Amino acid sequence: MMLELLTFGILAVIALASAVMVITRRNAVHSVIWLTVTLFAVGGIYLLQHAEFLFAVQIIIYVGGIMVLFLFVVMLVNIDVAVKQARFARQGLVAVVTAALLMAQLGYALYNHGRNLGLPIRPEIPEVSQNTQAVGMVLYQNYMLPVEIASILLLVAMVGAVIMAKRKFE
Amino acid sequence: MIHLPADYYIYLGSGLFTIGVIGVLTRRNVLIILMSIELILNAVNINLVALSQYFRSVDGQVFAIFVITDAAAEAAVGLGLIIALFRNKETLNADEIDLLKW
Repeated sequence: MMLELLTFGILAVIALASAVMVITRRNAVHSVIWLTVTLFAVGGIYLLQHAEFLFAVQIIIYVGGIMVLFLFVVMLVNIDVAVKQARFARQGLVAVVTAALLMAQLGYALYNHGRNLGLPIRPEIPEVSQNTQAVGMVLYQNYMLPVEIASILLLVAMVGAVIMAKRKFE
Repeated sequence: MIHLPADYYIYLGSGLFTIGVIGVLTRRNVLIILMSIELILNAVNINLVALSQYFRSVDGQVFAIFVITDAAAEAAVGLGLIIALFRNKETLNADEIDLLKW
């Protein structure tokens, strides 16, 4: 319990601090690097909760795929222009007030209704293969149709991205 | 062995969500707005995994996998849009992209 709390604290601080760095950096390349740190910390949170398969998915797809895509696009577009411009939009004050309201709302709801949400005592720690096995069973038995729909979504997104990034529209 | 209560993970998720919302609302660079959306999706995933452990069912983790799939599709299309936008308008500033305003 103590060790778990310590690990959680370290990972949570890393995740939140690097998320703040993501939204405050002037250079988009730095933002991408900090976002990678956040994603690693979130993967550690998954591992802490014995969601090993999701941890692997997070590292392979998010860090290995999406972040590389982001980095490619940041390198493709001209960053010198963006670095010189003002970082924050004109509606900054309104946005921060809105976000503070959102945070207050979330905190109020969690504090008043989330306190008795304690996790019950787990009888035993599941093996690594058991998590992957359980996720696979549920994914391909109960969620067969959503898997197919997700594959069609990915196909549509792939075609859409190619058409968007094509040089000329006919 | 007693595990951490799900509350902690949900607090972390809501904090990350709020940081992502602040990023979407305040930044001007379209790329960083997209990254903030990734932060929001990660916050949602933390909550899904925490509650899937709380309810002792892997359905939440399966849903998180679908969220990651959507994030990948969204990133591909969004970055394609950004490339097309940059080619046509030579800017990434969200305040200058006002073709549909009158």
